[in-house]
Amino acid sequence: MTVNGTVQTVETWPMMRLLDVLREDLRLTGTKEGCGEGECGACSVMMNGKLVNSCLVPALQAEGAEITTIEGIAGGERLHAVQQAFLDCGGAQCGICTPGMVMAAVSLLQRIPAPTEEDVRNGLAGNLCRCTGYLRIFESVLRACRRGGIHA
Amino acid sequence: MRSFIPSYEMRTPKSLAEALELLAANPGAWRPFAGGTDLMVLLEAGKLDHRRFLNIWNLPVLRGITVVADFVTLGALTTYTEVLAQEVFEREFPLLTAAARITGGIATQNRGTIGGNVVNASPAADTPPALLVYEAELELISQRGSRWLPYHEFHVGYRQTRLQPDELLARIRLRRRTSRWSQYYRKVGTRRAQAISKVCLAALLDRKTGEARVAVGSVAPVPLRCFRTERAILDRSDPLPVLAQEMAPIDDMRSTAAYRTRVAQNLLRDFLDGR
Amino acid sequence: MHGVVGTAVPRKEGRDKLTGRAQYVDDLRFPGMIYGATVRSPSPRGRIAAIRFAEGIPWVEFTIVRAADIPGANCIALILDDQPCLAGAAVNHPEEPVLLLAHPDRHLLEEARRGVTIEIEPLPALFSLEESLARREVIWGEDNVFKRFHLEKGNVDEAWPSADFIVEGEYFTAAQEQLYIENNGMIAVASPQDGVTVWGSMQCPYYVHKALKGVFALGDEKVRIVQTETGGGFGGKEEYPSMIAAHAALLAWKSGRPVKLVYDRAEDMAATTKRHPSRTRHRTAVRRDGTLLAMDIDFTIDGGAYATLSSVVLSRGTIHAAGPYYCPNVRIRSQAVATNAPPHGAFRGFGAPQSFFALERHMNEIAATLGIPPEEIRRRNFLRQGQTTATGQVIREDPDMPGLLDRALAESGYFAKRERFARQNSGAAVKRGMGLAAFFHGAGFTGSGERYLASIVGVDATPAGRVRVLASSTEMGQGTKTIFTQIAAEALQLPYEYVEVVQPDTSGVPNSGPTVASRTCMVVGKLVESAALGLKQTLQGTGLLSASYTPVEFASACAAHIRKHGELRSFSQYQAPAGIYWDDEKYQGDAYGAYGWAVYVAEVSVDTLTYEVRVEDFIAVQEVGRIIHPVLARGQIEGGVVQSIGYALYENVVWQQGRMANSQMTNYIIPTSADVPPIRVVFVEKPYAHGPMGAKGLGELPADGPAPAIANAVEDAIGIGFTAIPLTPEAVMAALTAGEKTAAHG
Repeated sequence: MTVNGTVQTVETWPMMRLLDVLREDLRLTGTKEGCGEGECGACSVMMNGKLVNSCLVPALQAEGAEITTIEGIAGGERLHAVQQAFLDCGGAQCGICTPGMVMAAVSLLQRIPAPTEEDVRNGLAGNLCRCTGYLRIFESVLRACRRGGIHA
Repeated sequence: MRSFIPSYEMRTPKSLAEALELLAANPGAWRPFAGGTDLMVLLEAGKLDHRRFLNIWNLPVLRGITVVADFVTLGALTTYTEVLAQEVFEREFPLLTAAARITGGIATQNRGTIGGNVVNASPAADTPPALLVYEAELELISQRGSRWLPYHEFHVGYRQTRLQPDELLARIRLRRRTSRWSQYYRKVGTRRAQAISKVCLAALLDRKTGEARVAVGSVAPVPLRCFRTERAILDRSDPLPVLAQEMAPIDDMRSTAAYRTRVAQNLLRDFLDGR
Repeated sequence: MHGVVGTAVPRKEGRDKLTGRAQYVDDLRFPGMIYGATVRSPSPRGRIAAIRFAEGIPWVEFTIVRAADIPGANCIALILDDQPCLAGAAVNHPEEPVLLLAHPDRHLLEEARRGVTIEIEPLPALFSLEESLARREVIWGEDNVFKRFHLEKGNVDEAWPSADFIVEGEYFTAAQEQLYIENNGMIAVASPQDGVTVWGSMQCPYYVHKALKGVFALGDEKVRIVQTETGGGFGGKEEYPSMIAAHAALLAWKSGRPVKLVYDRAEDMAATTKRHPSRTRHRTAVRRDGTLLAMDIDFTIDGGAYATLSSVVLSRGTIHAAGPYYCPNVRIRSQAVATNAPPHGAFRGFGAPQSFFALERHMNEIAATLGIPPEEIRRRNFLRQGQTTATGQVIREDPDMPGLLDRALAESGYFAKRERFARQNSGAAVKRGMGLAAFFHGAGFTGSGERYLASIVGVDATPAGRVRVLASSTEMGQGTKTIFTQIAAEALQLPYEYVEVVQPDTSGVPNSGPTVASRTCMVVGKLVESAALGLKQTLQGTGLLSASYTPVEFASACAAHIRKHGELRSFSQYQAPAGIYWDDEKYQGDAYGAYGWAVYVAEVSVDTLTYEVRVEDFIAVQEVGRIIHPVLARGQIEGGVVQSIGYALYENVVWQQGRMANSQMTNYIIPTSADVPPIRVVFVEKPYAHGPMGAKGLGELPADGPAPAIANAVEDAIGIGFTAIPLTPEAVMAALTAGEKTAAHG
């Protein structure tokens, strides 16, 4: 599979979770485990351009796929507009939900470049946050799309 | 508690023929695995007893949406996201769109499939009530051939279906007959998004003839088509007590039988009152 | 000069969190590391008859630790020291840890965990605070009571005859799971030669330090605790980390390898602490005009199987039970009792949310009984400057609760909306209502607690003029690193970027006390300020630095000082403000140095088809001194309000024989982004003399008010005053359909 633009080959069990392949085999620890049941979204990554919960994807089905993780979102040292907006608007507190939340936000803006707040609520409904109460996150996402462009 | 991952096998058949051959050679040995949004949850809870899975995700013949004069047919691997993207569903089968929209979050919708939702056979699933009132038909295929089955005959008991061990659900067919009928879908979950349903009511009404179709999820061991309730609606007698009689809800971790009964009745009344 | 305090500077560790570079404990991997797992009791109470190991597992490859392997005391030291580290002969709650396993293969480890059977000879168990009070069984001490308080003000008994009305009520709150999105986890390296080092997710490194010293019978220098980036705590990582740290360390000690012990979600939910369930009984004497004459309050909390922090939760709940009101006669009798559930523990608010649910519902009951509007009954009873609280503390500041109330009523459109809803509700399927709650929250440890903690903070500087803050206070999302940086930078007249906060590591930072009790900004931040000022005074006092200076001049001064003295370091230790008096026996006096004051208003809708309650709009008005960081402060209020919405409406622990049956996120429901209302946050700023740059604590305040405000709004919407939370749709339905003949069931 291709992860963040780099071809990677991993030998593992077919039902190993993609989440564990990323974190353990590839040492990409930015993607987090929050629940192991596809409820919290902390493990969200992009697979073939679509947002998925990596804790629910068996390694065999990731074969040949293009994966983007949080480590692939920034452009080198330049943050993605979403990341910068989260920093500016207080969208991250403890940060454990943040990688998944950023992936969900990036995915949303790719599908809906000018979302309403309702669109944002629905687009992020699969990502749980316990710290922020979500409102700073909504503001972050709306700020990111107002800024336009990918990199801040 | 996690499962012992090394004890699980999954293989990817190169073609549909190979998949059907594997299913036929050793019936029950291999189970189809689509998007995994149900099966992986069981795996991670240490509750996935079956060990050998057939990765059918990439079989193109199980994908695709076909629209002809009388039917819309979707491949079993159609994801919720794909349903939401197809205008024909929004126009003619809006309850299926409503169900797809309310299932999980975006990530689940990208991987979950309608076929998986049907075959997983949870009585709390979101699409079955819509499929029941649209009188969906299922195409089940095997090395022996293919057969079409009315969906309401598919579930025979709690998580038990008429799918034979050598069969695959290939397609789901919806007859384009009810687009002008009044349509109603409401799922009552534990919260507004990403929730397992406590009660889920789908209903159609042809206000000209009085013909109705009512289906409810989470109130019986199977997704329930409520024929007697429909009869009462047609006969213009009070359908609410009939609905309560037809349901068999339980108390569980999420809700109570009393709540499910009452709310299902409220929703039906809401629908019939023309809102 | 442009200050850093009061501005929305970027979160200090924000960039790492946004890019996935922040290292949480499960992200770390040590050479030679193996994995640990805990085998737990299946029973709520009984004697351990046998421990069986299944065939087919290569047990010889495993490190196995039992109670007998503990080098020091088999106890997680906290307050009463009654909680074992591993169960020895008996168990007292489901999920109680009995055995520890470690192995290099994480998957085989889980198979092995499944392969251990703990056989218990059951003993009768208690599952509710009522059962515990009734003493059907005595499961703890002489009488199941961990702690009692009895507080008296004035003469309650003499007040009843002169009352115009006596209003009684009984209120219940349930357990709540903290549900930090990062599960508990630790990595330990340990040996008899080198001592114990533990890295992990925690709020209080020195609590863990103290606990491990006891478990391993080691001195201070042989135990080292390092906090890793922590993904949420909310109190759930105040005391529990000592237990998991001890377990990881025991496995490391025995195996000679580094051990990583991280829980999965189901284990974390079932086995670790939750908010204490409570029962509060109010009996209140009031005059016809609504003013309070006497309050008799009975407050009971369920502590689970061991004492842990229950006495302190009880203390705070007791002190807050009479609320921000003036009442001349008050009696509060409270108890924390034992049941056979996993011990309950700290969770944001720490006893006050329980008390305020009861009190603020009860104030509405009083209002209804007297025919006085709910906002009026508060207004007539608010504490004013110079009046005394239930503990006899004279309120020296002006809380201006009437002002906060007016602001909240105005911002929420309270009167206009209530009027509109009253008109529209009768025909509507979805009914709406408005409700309010008034409350306060004492910041810092109670009474002499801060003096006892005697917290210390250090500040040092490098020859390049870079400054480091040394404290054991942890960042867990609330903004510790950012505000300490702001405070130090402001005190030293340096740019924000010149200051950093050292990662809490007991080998390198002094004990600034636990990160709890809304004390980090107000108490510890004050020490950061004074330590920084001390460092500045050192340089200015020796003539190396003038009264005002540039960062470059500061760096030169640091370099010069360090050349001469080797290091530049300043410490500050907590001094109690003068004139604070507290009697621990009678629970009288100045309970807290400062209070945050608040009035919250909730607008709810109740859907009469589905009986679901939704919060549609929310206004949070508070006075918490000076705001150090507007975005962080707002984030604390919003986050706390949403947790409290969960407490009120969604979060329901389903208990089966003392065990949490719904220990999965799919069945324990917290609000998603689709469930939260707009929340408007208003800060009325009034500098507090003893806080850093005028700040008070605010982290827990928002956990106290929303639940009663919501329940009061539901009462406004549908005329039913609920006395228990969570207010589930099933409960609403039962109340709305009570007395009706229900349709025939199948």
